[in-house]
Amino acid sequence: MTRDEIFQNVQKVLEEALGADEEDITLDASLTADLQAESIDFLDIVFRLEKTFSTPGKPFKISQGELFPENLMENPAWVADGKLTDQGMAMLRERMPHVDFSKFENTREVNKVAATITVQSLVDFIDRKLKA
Amino acid sequence: MRWMWIDRIVEFEPRTRMVAVKNISLAEEHLHDHFPKMGNRDAMPVMPASLIIEGMAQTAGILVGTVNNFREKVLLAKVVLARIEADAFPGQTLRYEATLDRIDAQGAATIGVVHRIDPATGNSLEIGRVDLMFSHIDQNMAGLSFPEENFVFSDNFRTILRTAGIEHEG
Repeated sequence: MTRDEIFQNVQKVLEEALGADEEDITLDASLTADLQAESIDFLDIVFRLEKTFSTPGKPFKISQGELFPENLMENPAWVADGKLTDQGMAMLRERMPHVDFSKFENTREVNKVAATITVQSLVDFIDRKLKA
Repeated sequence: MRWMWIDRIVEFEPRTRMVAVKNISLAEEHLHDHFPKMGNRDAMPVMPASLIIEGMAQTAGILVGTVNNFREKVLLAKVVLARIEADAFPGQTLRYEATLDRIDAQGAATIGVVHRIDPATGNSLEIGRVDLMFSHIDQNMAGLSFPEENFVFSDNFRTILRTAGIEHEG
């Protein structure tokens, strides 16, 4: 599947899950900041992506915490004073290579980490996973 | 019994689907306010669509709860789609058919079809769709903690489960 086809499928998923307009679902749109996704929407998106990209011979299964950052607070070494530590940033980069953290690096505020996830992040995630 | 918007579970296939019915009665007080006589317009008691969504949420929520023997606190988190295309009146029966679409540790998605049955004719008419998402709130992303006791599946639910022959181990 080409990246363009993946993007079109992701667009459809986000239209259905978030009630967003097609023209607003651009590659650089943030799921939370631009498309108003809330936490339960992430689960909805995961379910829909699994359904969309599964094929009879090859199920597309997304593990908890694989696509979206989760349970960051459970490890005190990752977050201090509401900000990601160096160790926390290293963990995020390792777990989520599909997300561009370059702008987030400046603030590191844990309550803004979800806003770093863009439509592009989803396309990258699926592209990597389908090729794996 | 308060805030129960289903009367009886009539079909249940574990992990798959649940069907419940709700008989609409003119004795229900909310029908007198929905809608009262106003000016020249006669009163028109119809089942509020919001309570039809609640009825489906209770049916689908129990279905989701059964998957983990009611150990999870299952809360309605998102109305994905709600489309009610015809009114339902006192003396009619609503039939809520909930199908489990997806479930994992964090929550579940359900598909719901609403029928209206008219006992005068026996006819059943599909009047809407209500698709929902539920969160297993102890597993949710916010990392909050909730009381030990399962306040979702409380005594109100036990009667309806018992009459349907469903075990409540939570």
